[in-house]
Amino acid sequence: MERKNIVIIGNGMVGNKICEKLKQKSSDLQITVFAEEPIRAYDRVHLTDYFKISSIDELFLSKNDWYAENNIKIHLNDPVVDVDLSKKEICSLKGQVIHYDYLIFATGSAAFVPPIPGVEKQGVFLYRTIEDLELIKAYAAKAKKGTVMGGGLLGLEAAKALVDLGIEETAVIEFAPRLMPRQIDASASALLEAKLAELGLSCLLQKSTSQLLGDEHLTGIAFNDGTVLETDMLVISAGIRPRDELAKKIGLAVGERGGILVNAQMQTSDPTVYAIGECALVNEMIYGLVAPGYEMAEIAAAHIIGEEKSFKGFDMSTKLKLMGVDVASFGDPFVSEPYARTILLEDRNKGIYKRLNVSTDGTRLLGGILVGEATSYNMLLQMVNNSMPLAEHPELLLFGEQRESKSASSGLEALPDQALICSCEGITKAQICDAVITHNCENAEAVKKCTKAGSGCGGCVPMVKDLVNYTMKQQGKYIRNTICEHFDLSRQELYDLIKIHELKSYDHVLDALGRGHGCEVCKPLVSSLIASLWNEMILGKGNDVAQDSNDRYLANIQKGGTYSVVPRIPGGEITPDKLIVIGEVAKKYNLYTKITGGQRIDLFGAHLNDLPFIWEELIAAGFESGHAYGKALRTVKSCVGSTWCRFGLHDSVSFAIRIEERYRGLRAPHKLKSAVSGCIRECAEAQSKDFGIIATEKGWNLYVCGNGGSKPQHALLLAADVDSETCIRYIDRFLMFYIRTADPLTRTAPWLNKMEGGIDYLRNVVVEDSLGMAEAWEQDMQLLVDSYRCEWKAAVEDPNIRKRFVHFVNAPEEKDDTVQFDTMRGQKKAADWNLKTI
Amino acid sequence: METQLDTQWLQACKIEDAIENGGVCLKLNNQQVALFYFARRNEWYATQNECPHKRQMILSRGMLGSLGDTPKVACPFHKKTFALDTGECLSGDECAIKTYPVKVENGNVYIGMIA
Repeated sequence: MERKNIVIIGNGMVGNKICEKLKQKSSDLQITVFAEEPIRAYDRVHLTDYFKISSIDELFLSKNDWYAENNIKIHLNDPVVDVDLSKKEICSLKGQVIHYDYLIFATGSAAFVPPIPGVEKQGVFLYRTIEDLELIKAYAAKAKKGTVMGGGLLGLEAAKALVDLGIEETAVIEFAPRLMPRQIDASASALLEAKLAELGLSCLLQKSTSQLLGDEHLTGIAFNDGTVLETDMLVISAGIRPRDELAKKIGLAVGERGGILVNAQMQTSDPTVYAIGECALVNEMIYGLVAPGYEMAEIAAAHIIGEEKSFKGFDMSTKLKLMGVDVASFGDPFVSEPYARTILLEDRNKGIYKRLNVSTDGTRLLGGILVGEATSYNMLLQMVNNSMPLAEHPELLLFGEQRESKSASSGLEALPDQALICSCEGITKAQICDAVITHNCENAEAVKKCTKAGSGCGGCVPMVKDLVNYTMKQQGKYIRNTICEHFDLSRQELYDLIKIHELKSYDHVLDALGRGHGCEVCKPLVSSLIASLWNEMILGKGNDVAQDSNDRYLANIQKGGTYSVVPRIPGGEITPDKLIVIGEVAKKYNLYTKITGGQRIDLFGAHLNDLPFIWEELIAAGFESGHAYGKALRTVKSCVGSTWCRFGLHDSVSFAIRIEERYRGLRAPHKLKSAVSGCIRECAEAQSKDFGIIATEKGWNLYVCGNGGSKPQHALLLAADVDSETCIRYIDRFLMFYIRTADPLTRTAPWLNKMEGGIDYLRNVVVEDSLGMAEAWEQDMQLLVDSYRCEWKAAVEDPNIRKRFVHFVNAPEEKDDTVQFDTMRGQKKAADWNLKTI
Repeated sequence: METQLDTQWLQACKIEDAIENGGVCLKLNNQQVALFYFARRNEWYATQNECPHKRQMILSRGMLGSLGDTPKVACPFHKKTFALDTGECLSGDECAIKTYPVKVENGNVYIGMIA
């Protein structure tokens, strides 16, 4: 059989989609694509994201080589300029002439530019293509005032883009008396306007533009009512105009107000020519959304290979987030008396407007509008689309969120299998459940890969997530982060099991709960759990070889294989005598010294053999381990506080020392840092710590979950004006909660970021004791505090541990002779990585 | 047969000098050799002590483990892992480490090195 030639004009989202559809349906087609834009199809729906992302790669709809791999010829930057319908030939701008059996118009639409005097001025833009965005971005850099013409969906997106680009005063002008006139009613618009005004976006309604002002560059807009708006730039988003000029030229039938006329099979007046997407006029409608365009692609592709399908109109429901405000409109949003009864909720206090249109007999939902809070959108849409019966009190649907958690699964259960969840790709509930059950998809991302659900506009993703969780629950599965090939458990499960079984060595844990022989992932993790639970000497019971190198030698390994030593200096307070001892030790063992970021002194360049001797001297002078090598409490920084400072409210140094001595040696999923400031000037930088304390007139403010590092994050206020005892109790609970539940190597900030409910939930757990764990955690912590011993003291006193601190086991007196140092500013430094000869 | 003839069994240390499920470093023939006693598997391995990644004399302080059935050691510096039996780098790098045969007799550990 001869392969059929298919020529597609246009490579937008819909033009790309029909390539996929044709390839799925038949391998006997020779497909050729001609496109006007210089780059292949990209995601126009998320165009605004282009300003936020690093490269366009994230917006492409297909991989670089997808077309080549699928044997589709694509000619970018080469639009079709003529078609001979009788010969069935197209001619491109670059002069290519190709025969077709079927021709598909996917030419899309162009922005509608109203015929206003002055639109040619510099500073006037469209909002349609990547190139438009590039131009806007460049011009916005020197503009202070920006205006968008058109208060529809895309216009508001464009306005958001201007705000994001740093335009100081942004306005939207709209001809209609309300925003988004196709989606929402006047009350919803009023609420939306108020919300947008808070975010610095003003809305001018019922404005008809008469003229654009300025010489070469735009300076303002004059309206028919005589008013003038000053502006440096204007983005026009006043609707779309189907790209039908080629169709018109070659004699295909087009609509009076534009659009290529097609039947329900997407055929134009020439049955071998199809039109799909925004260039097609079907049922006297131009569909300006991507989902119906995809549906048209499906129908045209099906028809070409001989399947009979027809376009039956399309649900134009939408949900979007405009500058952080949820706006949704579904079913028939405007139907009212006498054809429907409306239920309204208008909460100006919280900025929420909801409208539900219910059938006159009160049994069915017909449509509605949601502004300010739209979590129930997907469920409500499903109720409309599937004509699901309404419950006795439909007004309760207005109070979605707090009931959602309980009713969500029952709602999903009631959903029929054929309910369309992803309308862009036409994926049903049954297909998503099947992806979970038979293809083992365990999250929305996997379902997306498997079924493409959620890959279009993305609006259904929350519902896909709910469905995945619901289906997994039905299957008795639940989501876990297992540790490695040796433990099929999460960190928290392992914590609980080690506690219940009272396991105290790595080998026992592996024998009892794991398999194989361990690795560099599970060994330090289990060792940390054992230390967090029992607080025994970490080098005992054969656990030394299960510790990360730093813990194993109780020092930090540095370039060249030497170690650094950090004695604890609680609160950063140190006597002159102790300073002298540190200096003497450093001199004796030839160590490089440096003040650390945490108000301590670090001694670098110690040979493994010297470590016990160095510590013997430090311990004799009253020092103890600083745990700089451990995933443990490091330092509690302090400012000098009320003992010296004229601003100090309380004695921050004493409190810092008390905190540091309480939690010293505490092993955690990651290192822990703290600080205490004596007043709001915050010299100790407590708000950048895992837990930080700031003195107030009435007591202490406790902040938690901050960190510096590669992704700095400020700590959040957990409790205000508490006394010292309460503060410590809260820290006890906070730390035990963190130690028990955090994922491996997760510091408190990302731990909180992942916590559902965030700081409010954490405050409930720690301050209000919502889990009823406070007492147990305080007791657990007290046990750890009471069992603290300095590890280095134990190490130097135990000959079995001490003998491990040698480099050559067969020449214990000798140091590693390959270690080399250089000199810099009068001190030694580690030699650079020795990479010259390999 | 030739290689066997050239292999010299050097007395490395006593069994009790080795560390169960860990490594120690030996100076043999003026070279640094890492000796591992994988007690969980009742196996002995010896490799060069230098981690080829940044050329650090450190593998003896590395952590033992298994990848499937393969015994391995992870370098303390950047957690590159090497198979103890073949010396192959398991972290996807193009650098292998030397391995040496080990035998244990009468409480003594011997490492076979080419003279």
